[in-house]
Amino acid sequence: MTLSNPEPPGEDDPGATDLAAEAGDASVARRRPWYLRLPIISHLRGSVGLQRGMLITGVVLVVVLLLSALLAPLLAPYGFAQTSEDGVRFGTQEPPSAAHLLGTTVTGFDVLSRVIWGTRTAVAVMACAVTASLFLGVALGLLSGYVGGWLDRVLVMVADAVYAFPALLLAIVMSITISGGQSGAWSGILAAAISITVVFIPQYFRVIRAEVVRLKAEPFVEAAKVVGTGHRRIMGTHLLRNATRTLPLIFTLNASESILTLAALGFLGFGIEPTSAAEWGYDLNRAMADATSGIWWTGMFPGLAIALAVLGVTLVGESINDLNDPRLRTRRRRRGARKKVAA
Amino acid sequence: MSTALENEVEDAPRRTSKRASGGLGRYVLVRFLLIIPTIFILMTMVFFLMRITGDPITAALGGRLTPDQLAERRAEAGYDRPLLVQYLDYLWGVLRGDFGTTYSDNTPVSEVLTTYGAATLELVLYSLVVALLLGVPLGMIAARTRDRWPDAVLRIVAILGYATPVFFVGLLLKLIFSVGLGWLPVAGRLSTEGQITMSRILNPSPFYLLDALRLGNTELIVDALSHAVLPAIALGILTGGIFLRLVRTNMIGTMEMQYIESARSRGVSETRLTTRHGLRPALIPIITVMGMQIALMLGGAVLTETTFEWNGLGYMLAEYMKARDYVAVQGIVMMLAVIVAISNFVVDVIAALIDPRVRY
Repeated sequence: MTLSNPEPPGEDDPGATDLAAEAGDASVARRRPWYLRLPIISHLRGSVGLQRGMLITGVVLVVVLLLSALLAPLLAPYGFAQTSEDGVRFGTQEPPSAAHLLGTTVTGFDVLSRVIWGTRTAVAVMACAVTASLFLGVALGLLSGYVGGWLDRVLVMVADAVYAFPALLLAIVMSITISGGQSGAWSGILAAAISITVVFIPQYFRVIRAEVVRLKAEPFVEAAKVVGTGHRRIMGTHLLRNATRTLPLIFTLNASESILTLAALGFLGFGIEPTSAAEWGYDLNRAMADATSGIWWTGMFPGLAIALAVLGVTLVGESINDLNDPRLRTRRRRRGARKKVAA
Repeated sequence: MSTALENEVEDAPRRTSKRASGGLGRYVLVRFLLIIPTIFILMTMVFFLMRITGDPITAALGGRLTPDQLAERRAEAGYDRPLLVQYLDYLWGVLRGDFGTTYSDNTPVSEVLTTYGAATLELVLYSLVVALLLGVPLGMIAARTRDRWPDAVLRIVAILGYATPVFFVGLLLKLIFSVGLGWLPVAGRLSTEGQITMSRILNPSPFYLLDALRLGNTELIVDALSHAVLPAIALGILTGGIFLRLVRTNMIGTMEMQYIESARSRGVSETRLTTRHGLRPALIPIITVMGMQIALMLGGAVLTETTFEWNGLGYMLAEYMKARDYVAVQGIVMMLAVIVAISNFVVDVIAALIDPRVRY
């Protein structure tokens, strides 16, 4: 997703030490090739020190997550529902060994393989959920903010009600409604994704609606109306393009929360069946009983996988947020920075 | 001339404060009335969502009865009537305070709500204490050491606290403190002996700790508290991480304000600056966000309760959901909606009292 707004000159290069040099830099910034202006890459270039470290850690974790989802068949030693090889059963609750690097579960699954295949499920749900809530939320927010009147009032009220409610509970109700509880690979992924979508639409809706209401009063929208531009074009071109600034942050936050919600659904027993796909939350659910008898490897690794996946996505989102907010951004020279904020 | 101006200045705050107090009453009323549609919308959504998959009788007994028997049982329970009639009937029942009776264990939903609701409330209160004890001081430290290593460590810890699912934290706590060290119980709200002692009490309240305190039974107090420690920490870490982040961000914002600089130039110590001048204004957005946190905590409570078999609303909700006991699910969901709506209301009123700009 490319942002159509070029960053304001003052925010683009934190390395600049004085205003004159910065003005020079700003003109250079506009001529930078497109790939350097992509969100994460431009953020990486603009960051320093600790913030850069956090952003890089996040990006690395996300890349690892995506790669292992893509290359799961190559990386995983066994299938996600495989309990035997060459007619020999794996054995249950075996501690980590050469044959099973991370041990086996109570059902005889190989833990390492389940963890690797689990990235696929997580990424699939994340992609579906974030895309769907992004499109629906943005569309509804745009419509509500632009049209206004009773439609706006009803939508705001429903969005607020949904937003106020514990997201997980709604996801449970939704997943039961959609799939009737347990389900297969694609239906399970879709059910989880739709449940998460319903929960997240209000966030996009609120942000976009607030922006649209603000933008609607701007002179350039008035001008477009006077010239006789159609509603659709005003919404698509004039409002949407300008209202999407805050989206990358919500985008990443939702991605991380969708992993958490999927895991929670699986943990509570409303997830995907283990024979259809590997899912970390389900594995943790099964590992709960193991913990009491001191078997740690069945729960530790899927749990770590969830934590690292969410950590990676959250770090990226947080860093982007900090870098977009002049108050939170670290600069190479603190003194100069303070003057710039005041100016 | 100068006296007139001074009068103006004298007058101005008094007048605005008078207007604000009238505005506050109206604000509280409007805000209170907004609770009703919120609950109504959620109630309606859950009612129809649950019915898309069919009625509870078919779900519970579908395979075991012949179609005729099933139809008879459905008619008995009123599930053959049009959906809208059922819905209006349900609404009428709720208005009279009748939430119906559960299918799976045949208890009035109101009883389910009070018994298990108290357990959830207990858990949420404990973990709120843990979260505040963790989040506020650590957030202050992070803000003061901004961009140096303590800040880095604390921020990663906060994100980890937020990124790690409650049930995984719970699993780790169990592995370390229950199985490994044997210090604390694995699950439940009381030990078997504790439950026996408790069952002998006349008129027990749903709050175990209160009962134990009332009896003055030290053993029972220790029993109840030791069962609560791990769940409270598991849930508290999640919320504490969010508090830490909030305190840090807001304190960094307030510490850049001019009045902090002027206080610093007056020679106010750094410690006093952070605790007095910096923290207090930074707490206002935290109070506001806490309203939303309550919804999040209740969601987290479902997972924590399942992890530690803590007999609260969340644990029971998952159980009833698996049994397709829609009446119980509707009741619990509505109860949670009421809790969330009321806590949001209280938080908004507090925010309005602290910061007059919030009112509308």
